Amino acid sequence: MIITCPHCGPRDLAEFSYKGDATRTRPGTASGDLAHWNAYVYERENPAGQHREFWQHTGGCRKHLIVTRDTLTHAISHVEFPPTKAPRRSGA
Amino acid sequence: MTSHRLTSGGRIDRTKTVRFTFDGVRYSGFAGDTLASALLANGIRLLGRSFKYHRPRGLLAAGYEEPNALVTVIEQGVREPNIRATELEVFDGLVAQSQNRFPSLGHDLMAVNGLAGKTFSAGFYYKTFMGPAIGPLKGTRFWRFCEHFIRRAAGLGSAGTVPDPARYERMNAFCDVLVVGSGPSGLEAARKAVAEGKSVILCETEAALGGTANWSGPDAASFAETLISGLRDNQDVRLLNRTTVWGRYDGNTFAALERIADHKAKPATGEARHRHWVIRAGHVVLATGALERAMVFPGNDRPGVMLASAALRFARSYGVLIGRRIVVFANNDSAYETAAILHRLGAEIPAIIDPRPVVGDWAQSLADEAGAKTLPAHAIVGSGGDPELDSVLMQPFNLETGKLSGPKRGFACDTLLVSGGWSPVLHLASQAGTKPVWSDKLQAFLPPEGDDHWHAVGSCAGEGIEPPAPVFEIKAKGDKAFVDFQHDVTADDVRLAHREGFQSVEHLKRYTTLGMATDQGKTANVPGMAIMADALGKPIPDVGTTRFRPPFTGASLGALAAERFADLRPERLTPMHHWHEEHGAGMMSAGLWMRPESYNQPGETVEDAYLREARIVRRGVGIVDVSTLGKIDIKGPDAAEFLNRVYTNNFAKLAVGKARYGLMLREDGFAFDDGTTWRLANSHYLMTTTTANAGPVMQHLEYFLDCIWPDLSVNLTSVTDQWAGAAVAGPKSREVLAACVTGTAVDNEVLPLMGIVHGKINGIPVMICRLSFSGERAYEIYCGAHHGQAVWNALIEAGQPHGIQPYGLEALGALRIEKGHVTGAEIDGRTTAHDLHLDWMLSKKTPFIGSVMLTREGLTDPDRWSLVGVISSSGEKLRGGSHIVEGTKDAPGRSLGHITATCLSPLYGKHIGLALVENGNTRIGTRAFATDPVRSETHVPVEFVSHHFYDPKGVKMNG
Amino acid sequence: MAEYSAWQVLRHALTGNTGWKPAWRKPEPKPRYDVIVIGGGGHGLSTAYYLAKNHGITNVAVCEKGWLGSGNIGRNTTIVRSNYLLEGNTPFYEHSMKLWESLSHELNYNVMFSQRGIINLCHSPAQMDDAARRGNAMRLFGVDARMVMPDELARRVPGLDLSRTARFPILGGLEQPRAGTARHDAVAWGYARGADRRGVDILENCEVTGFLRDGDTVTGVQTTRGEILADKVAVCVAGSTGRVMKLAGIDRLPIESHVLQAFVSESLKPLIDTVVTFGGGHLYISQSDKGGLVFGGDIDGYNTYAQRGNLPIVEDVMAETVALFPALARVRLLRSWGGIMDMSMDGSPIITTGPLPGMYLNCGWCYGGFKATPASGWCFAHTIAKDEPHPLNAAYSLDRFHRGYVIDEKGQGATPWKH
Repeated sequence: MIITCPHCGPRDLAEFSYKGDATRTRPGTASGDLAHWNAYVYERENPAGQHREFWQHTGGCRKHLIVTRDTLTHAISHVEFPPTKAPRRSGA
Repeated sequence: MTSHRLTSGGRIDRTKTVRFTFDGVRYSGFAGDTLASALLANGIRLLGRSFKYHRPRGLLAAGYEEPNALVTVIEQGVREPNIRATELEVFDGLVAQSQNRFPSLGHDLMAVNGLAGKTFSAGFYYKTFMGPAIGPLKGTRFWRFCEHFIRRAAGLGSAGTVPDPARYERMNAFCDVLVVGSGPSGLEAARKAVAEGKSVILCETEAALGGTANWSGPDAASFAETLISGLRDNQDVRLLNRTTVWGRYDGNTFAALERIADHKAKPATGEARHRHWVIRAGHVVLATGALERAMVFPGNDRPGVMLASAALRFARSYGVLIGRRIVVFANNDSAYETAAILHRLGAEIPAIIDPRPVVGDWAQSLADEAGAKTLPAHAIVGSGGDPELDSVLMQPFNLETGKLSGPKRGFACDTLLVSGGWSPVLHLASQAGTKPVWSDKLQAFLPPEGDDHWHAVGSCAGEGIEPPAPVFEIKAKGDKAFVDFQHDVTADDVRLAHREGFQSVEHLKRYTTLGMATDQGKTANVPGMAIMADALGKPIPDVGTTRFRPPFTGASLGALAAERFADLRPERLTPMHHWHEEHGAGMMSAGLWMRPESYNQPGETVEDAYLREARIVRRGVGIVDVSTLGKIDIKGPDAAEFLNRVYTNNFAKLAVGKARYGLMLREDGFAFDDGTTWRLANSHYLMTTTTANAGPVMQHLEYFLDCIWPDLSVNLTSVTDQWAGAAVAGPKSREVLAACVTGTAVDNEVLPLMGIVHGKINGIPVMICRLSFSGERAYEIYCGAHHGQAVWNALIEAGQPHGIQPYGLEALGALRIEKGHVTGAEIDGRTTAHDLHLDWMLSKKTPFIGSVMLTREGLTDPDRWSLVGVISSSGEKLRGGSHIVEGTKDAPGRSLGHITATCLSPLYGKHIGLALVENGNTRIGTRAFATDPVRSETHVPVEFVSHHFYDPKGVKMNG
Repeated sequence: MAEYSAWQVLRHALTGNTGWKPAWRKPEPKPRYDVIVIGGGGHGLSTAYYLAKNHGITNVAVCEKGWLGSGNIGRNTTIVRSNYLLEGNTPFYEHSMKLWESLSHELNYNVMFSQRGIINLCHSPAQMDDAARRGNAMRLFGVDARMVMPDELARRVPGLDLSRTARFPILGGLEQPRAGTARHDAVAWGYARGADRRGVDILENCEVTGFLRDGDTVTGVQTTRGEILADKVAVCVAGSTGRVMKLAGIDRLPIESHVLQAFVSESLKPLIDTVVTFGGGHLYISQSDKGGLVFGGDIDGYNTYAQRGNLPIVEDVMAETVALFPALARVRLLRSWGGIMDMSMDGSPIITTGPLPGMYLNCGWCYGGFKATPASGWCFAHTIAKDEPHPLNAAYSLDRFHRGYVIDEKGQGATPWKH
């Protein structure tokens, strides 16, 4: 399998670490919603088909990528960096 | 024994005689011979014994598809079994042995298996050996007893146990176009790609490039030669002969095996034996050709029965005429041309037997050329000769009905050439998941239409294949009729599988073992499916299609392993490694790191040494290498907020110039890692992790910054290898520092517990944090890794007046057990902060990773195991991994927990340990037993105590 | 149907083997069954077998989408062991071991269970202590376990690199002598024949395409061979759990599908007479009765339903093999394949009632399912018949994740690809 890292270009599977389902939504850091936390930590859609997943280019730039890959054929249709957010105002 | 070598012809070098031995007998051949061609030239046709019935076998094929002729090569005591004689190029001094026979190839006692008739049919083992219901052989014992003998009878060659001294290499390569196969269509595809300006790698499994051009006559040979020389001169082309592309993986990644030195008597100095190629190709052209299939009829395995294409190859490539009097049996026209050629070379062709009712004009003219009588609407129904072929039996055959009728007739002959049609070599297409398509016309599976990433050309795509009559088996009574030669699967076995309901292609394969031998059924799969289809009364594709999987042909483990194991598991050494070795340290692996276990003085055991080392720390001063601790540099305006979320305790309020002990949880609320983190500036921290978790913690932090909290401005850098570290511990540690550190004071005012100072030692900048793992007054001193040894030396020198001594992991362990500090043995991925009595570190105000999940009932259950100290009440030794029970040795009862770490306490002289025990908190002051049935069989009475054995109030380390 | 025996084999051989009957019938589906088991793999077939044998429930169908045994029962490295550490696991796997020990006899089908032992090698004092901890846990549960030292290893495992200079020197190992290997396909076929003989209908080429529902309650299945009603529908489709449960509207489960590759070398005369696992990485190796070395390592480590892996794991497993057995560099890899594993969030399986009324779920075997085949069916049959779990599988509930009662042998948490 070859993943095209937006930063480094096409690289072999061996350079990457899998980080799992990228469609899960993590409750806000301050959330006390245990059911939501449980769903986030333990439940997976695990689709047979298109899967959005995190990979880290550990043997390269070390950035995390969101890869869209077909779990039936391993064909990769899209690779992108995770969405960025405006920097938090440092105050803590 | 007469020579079968023709006086001229072949691609062998007749000026170079090569001497070799086979089964202890010396033979000679020519450079360019394979073992198969050289033995054939010497008149040797019996080359192997079959797997199950131990039937005598000769050559069926001339290439990698050969099922019968497997040999073992012995080279300087190293054995390599199961090499196909058709692929083994002879060299001077080659020593080869036949396999799976006892005592010799000619007289194999195991051939008695053949007399058991139909007993050893498919499914035999499943129906027998269940064993008696009672008695000493009941249960599985009877099978174990029988299995011993069955295993000895099975198997092919023997592998050795002497380590293989050969070198193996790995090579990564990239190309626009990979062409697999160097026959005319492969060469043409390569030429075309080059003309389009593409980079090309061309792989050929044989020694000589050219494929079929090497045995298709002078025109084809010169066509190929022209193309090859054109490619050879081109910089964008890499030509790899003796290289088999055996695997196709995702992203058009191909694995290939190059046999660099197998054909040499001795590899050049430093030369690898095999090279493992990993080729990433934009596009692949499969020019892998097609393989001829055998026909299934009684006695079709007798030495002397051979594929027609093989005979042609032996004649044209090696100048070996396979027989003097050759009968041909073919269901297609391709073998007719071979007959004519062999006749020209001197063979007598008495007859060509063809199941088709009519022989076409072209075929007839070739038969005439061969001087052969054609017998259409006939089939071979048997063979004779012991062990080698001396006659065949034929009978009129009706293609429509598949029935035989009329008188049988014998032919004396020394060779029978068979051709049962052709199967394109579509394995690499199938490996990628594409489904083969059945062609009724060619009676074969073809690769489907290619796409951007691959396409097939030439006979792999079905081009130029002579359409055969749809006949695969001649159902006649008599001897066994083999489908899979190597695994001795007969047509009757296939029918038995059908009868018992094993009817899909996968059931057929698994029940009969068809296609599971070392040739992977290259000549057998389609005939096997055809016989099943016939039994089912269905078309062949309805039986199913086998999905081919890597490898196409066997790939040596050595090559696949090349440069992989050590590269992926490097031995990590600290900057002070050699000093430790020079000072008597026994080194042990801690993950990938090598760390000193203890510095044994003459006559000391490890226990003596660690007791001495630990006592020096408690009474004087010791020094230990802590360079292996994970270190992560954390910078940015949000560093404090980030750490607050990552750790369970607060790091935002930590003063600059101070360190704090921190605990991290996983998302699920269980403990993950601990360590100290130092605030070096307002937005700058240095985190330390346990040695084992340095990598996982780094990835954990990176994940959260990249994926969860991209709004945090924080930068992480792993600096584990950039800093060397030494911990100086003991009541006299301050004096040691005071004697060598300049630029800062190190007294209690300037450097209290958890304080950080910057200074110099011998002019080398150092960062010192006052931390204690041992419970004593102690300091961790960090400097640039390349200065590690110098700083270490300076600390040792400064410590000399105080009797400083180095201590190793064992002493470190003993000290931390006495102090009740946890490590990976307790933070084992299943424990919580509460279990480890670290709940005081859980912030009640700010949320952190795992803060909600740790409140779940399973993590707060009062029955959970929690950390306690244990003391051996009897003075007997405690061992890590012992379990805590309440019962006696004979009736221990259930496990209440286990001991995670033990030592002979340097301080108290008692055997103590840490343990995780059910309801641990309530057990302090009570007694139980530490039991160790699997190892020492001891059953030691223990008392539960607080895990803080030593200085629970921390007076020593604060003082 | 006649019993299999050596006598029968001889008798049939004399008549040209034309008298053998199909190992199981190929019936047409009935309109209604008491229980439908989805999945004709090892666990589904053993479930059907024990429903009939232990609970007298014989009006049972097993729906298999392809050919029987086409899933992981035929794609594993055939190792059978009960050398588990945790209380939730050990008694269950030991029960399985006991069923294995009488299985060939019970099924009248030789599953070739060969109790040749398994040895987990250790390479550091800490690993030796960990091994002892596991061995002691086993012994306290009445499971056999013993430590082996290098001198014994030298005797029993020729070719093993026992040198002190090895990258991970071998200090010893933990052995379970009763562990071993079995012929994987035979287990499926033996259970199929056993279930069939007790009246179970095995429906091959019968793919479940949907569930029949009455409100929440599952009342049957839609299949490629028509609708079939049932009082109880049991899902037992490791590797396809996600796909099948989606048909029932269950979109999320504590499972990910991953591919595990397995490897076989060419056939060799007997060389390795036990099962050996490597502690310096992840490798398990044994030798089949046919002579091939059978070995495997880690899963590839990304979600997939394709029974196909990639090269990095291939290379790593070969590298580990050669590190452990340097002479095997000269042996060739002959076959490889991939199986799809239900990797659960704690590395342990799920055998439970629900999650819908009328439904029962057996999944999450990670790559330990083969050895569990007898006990899994035995416990699942009990759970289906009694509508509550047996004490042996009570811990394998679906709600244990949310409640925090995970059974995490590797201590890796909810990262399925690390279990």
